[in-house]
Amino acid sequence: MLKIMRYTLSDLLRSRWVVIYLSFFLLLTLSLLSLSGDVSQVVISLMNIILILCPLVAVMFGVMFFYNSREFTELLLAQPLRRTDIFFGQYLGLALSLSASLVIGVGLPFLIYGLFASAEVWNFMVLIVIGVALTFIFSGLAFYLALCNDNRIRGFGLAILLWLFFAIIYDGIFLLSLIVLRDYPLEHYAMAMTILNPIDLARILILLKLDISALMGYTGAVFHKFLGSLAGSILAFLALALWVVLPVWRIRWRALRKDF
Amino acid sequence: MKLSTALVTCVIILSGLTASRATTLTVCTTCPATTIRAAIAQAAAGDTVLVRAGFYQEGNLVIDKPLTLRGIGYPVVDGQLTEETFTIAADDVTLEGFKIQNAGHNQLKDLAAIRVQRKKGYIIRNNLIINSFFGIYLEYSGQGLVIGNTISGQATNEMSAGNAIHAWYTKEVVIRDNLLQGHRDGIYLEFVTHSTIHDNRSTGNIRYGLHYMFSNDDAYFCNTFDHNGAGVAVMFSKRITMTDNVFEYNWGRAAYGLLLKEINDADILRNRFTHNTMGICLEGTTRIRYTDNTFSGNGWALQLSGGCDDNVFTRNNFLNNALDLVVNGRLNNNLFAHNYWREYSGYDLDRDGIGDVPYRPVKLFSHILTLAPEAIVLLRSLFTDLLNFSEKVNPLYTPNNILDNQPLMQLIPHD
Amino acid sequence: MIDIQNLHKSYGKLAVLRGIDLNLSQTGQISAILGPNGSGKTTLIKSILGLVIPDQGDIRMDGQTIKGQWAYRHHISYLPQIARFPENLTVTELLAMIKDLRSGPTDDDALIQLFGLGPHLQKRLGDLSGGTKQKVNLVIAFMYDSPVIILDEPTSGLDPVAMIHLRELLQRARQQGKIILLSTHIMSFVDEMADEVVFLLEGAIRFRGTLVQLKTQYQEDNVERAIANILQGESPILA
Repeated sequence: MLKIMRYTLSDLLRSRWVVIYLSFFLLLTLSLLSLSGDVSQVVISLMNIILILCPLVAVMFGVMFFYNSREFTELLLAQPLRRTDIFFGQYLGLALSLSASLVIGVGLPFLIYGLFASAEVWNFMVLIVIGVALTFIFSGLAFYLALCNDNRIRGFGLAILLWLFFAIIYDGIFLLSLIVLRDYPLEHYAMAMTILNPIDLARILILLKLDISALMGYTGAVFHKFLGSLAGSILAFLALALWVVLPVWRIRWRALRKDF
Repeated sequence: MKLSTALVTCVIILSGLTASRATTLTVCTTCPATTIRAAIAQAAAGDTVLVRAGFYQEGNLVIDKPLTLRGIGYPVVDGQLTEETFTIAADDVTLEGFKIQNAGHNQLKDLAAIRVQRKKGYIIRNNLIINSFFGIYLEYSGQGLVIGNTISGQATNEMSAGNAIHAWYTKEVVIRDNLLQGHRDGIYLEFVTHSTIHDNRSTGNIRYGLHYMFSNDDAYFCNTFDHNGAGVAVMFSKRITMTDNVFEYNWGRAAYGLLLKEINDADILRNRFTHNTMGICLEGTTRIRYTDNTFSGNGWALQLSGGCDDNVFTRNNFLNNALDLVVNGRLNNNLFAHNYWREYSGYDLDRDGIGDVPYRPVKLFSHILTLAPEAIVLLRSLFTDLLNFSEKVNPLYTPNNILDNQPLMQLIPHD
Repeated sequence: MIDIQNLHKSYGKLAVLRGIDLNLSQTGQISAILGPNGSGKTTLIKSILGLVIPDQGDIRMDGQTIKGQWAYRHHISYLPQIARFPENLTVTELLAMIKDLRSGPTDDDALIQLFGLGPHLQKRLGDLSGGTKQKVNLVIAFMYDSPVIILDEPTSGLDPVAMIHLRELLQRARQQGKIILLSTHIMSFVDEMADEVVFLLEGAIRFRGTLVQLKTQYQEDNVERAIANILQGESPILA
């Protein structure tokens, strides 16, 4: 598995798209840092972009990578290797190459500006960890989608739909349901809905770190109790970890059954 | 001419007489007076009682004549949690330099470390008041000065805590340079008029840093209110002037920088609101001028609830607040002009420093929040950004009467 | 050595293999799987490699079932139909990767020389022409000394010189006593190289026998015509 991961990584790190992705983050972070002296504002701007872009790039790049390497995957499958090793290796290589772009693209400018000594470093770390988690979750989901669909057009379509769903549609339905059901106590429902969408979960975790927990708490005791406490944060991180595991589990399930 | 000379001479002689009669008594373990109570009893009006450093287990000390009680090296007066320590029961008493601890806690009797009852001309200065129920309790007592005291409590909930400084039916009091912490309210004023509160720091109080009830014609300025349940609450009061204060980190569930309820004709000038859950919460406020304030990093900068009429907001900075303005209910005649909104993205073609398109400080998302507060979990999500954007392009739901028609292009430099 | 029993596979409603029984145990023999498009050639090959999981039936290699196994593939070399590799790796890196993943002695240097790949070794695989990629594909398939070689359309995209080398490699493998299974559309290649023919039609084996048997049964001296006869449904003339 680690060998496949290493070769996938060394292939992808040289791919045009990964380089473009890396340069995008580099330019973006550099320009944000040079335009605004307020680091927490930069972290918020980055948050908005990471929450949208990481999942989008991960799903698109994920299906693209899978379909492009399909024939080579067949060659690998004909070698004396475990199926799961091949797919986990490829998945890890994919997710790590995208994560590396994010970490370097955002981290390097922070390093250049000497911000690792500042108090913002923890906010920054949380941002990075969550960006990486989103990359793993969505490249895993994309990988799974591609495994389930041999038709590329369909695979790409579903990948875009998946992103649209979690980035926008879900929140739209969520918000609408909150308005329609506003006469009922909705706090537990709202918490559950947040945990069920990895992008929402990631956003809330970053906002918590940026100390908006009180803001959340203002609306209700449950938010306050859940989000304000250490246990709540740990639970939320655990939920995010579950989201990372879920596609891996599905990939394994599908990979063991699929015909090539 | 002659008459006046005679008068002056007379006054000099008289004052000389009293001065010569005033004596200084000293209290210490080896002094003639070993207790403060004994010294007060011995002293005559106008005398000074010096209390040397030491531990005095005394309570119910009633100062019933105009004396100066002065602690040297912070003598400790311990009320042992049962009794009130000092009661000022005469005009023109000065009480300074004591460390007063463990005054009695009693929720029925509102016990205090220092109580002033129906007297004036008092000076309470540079005392350390620790673990008392109420710190300084002024009732029907005007024309006094409370200065330089540190009052620290260990309050854990609103019900079982008193206020650090509590004033009731009092006028012309000056409260300045005090540090107030760990009580229910830092300063509580009820039926207090023509009084001035300045240069205090009120921090870590359970309810409010400063609390006005039914009080008119007061001013507070240059104070810092941080980490309180709410920085300042002004309720049912008129003509309060609030200038140059700092409201920060009043951060938590139901926390405000400044809470205004049923007040009118106030001026709120040059204050700084930073990192509060809600910068200012307004309910039923009328004819209030908000000028040159800066709101930054708050959850909500301003929330206007029903019955807020004829308020004027000019030359304020709104920076990096999660939401600048939330409006609940119908409002009339409030004016926003010449404010700087960081989120404003208009243009200024004629280069007069004023944006050419109006700014709408109420976002659609703020509007939704008033319908379904739980929607706050969707703060800063792509969907709400899209909603806000579409509303900005084509306003349908946000109130039409809340607009800044002359938004400024540049931050207003304050300080 | 490879024993296939009652193999069934369908994709949805489409039955691709319907009860294949095939035993490949004769060493030093080249078996050609023939059949029209969609007859199940590739599915059969992929079933042996474990790429396709059969619905029913069993495949045994050296007496052991291959179901859920992977180590048996140490004994098989495979040439896939389409040669596509990670675009950003060089030829050298790709070969190093395969060698790293599948340990054991290799003779890739001789093969590189044989196919004249020397000048391409440091190029990105994404920059290579289709023919060159097929040569790289052949190097990977032949560099291990495994007892079974499975080739899916080995002749596609090869220039005449490379074809000659491929024939040499197959001859040598036959001499070394390997079991060789290949699928192809080029009948002259079959005529020239194969020892026996397995003809698939609609997921079942319609004919299995040596080239001589094929030609005599259908009374043709050329494989192409003989195959055409099978397709036209003429029953074999029994000699």
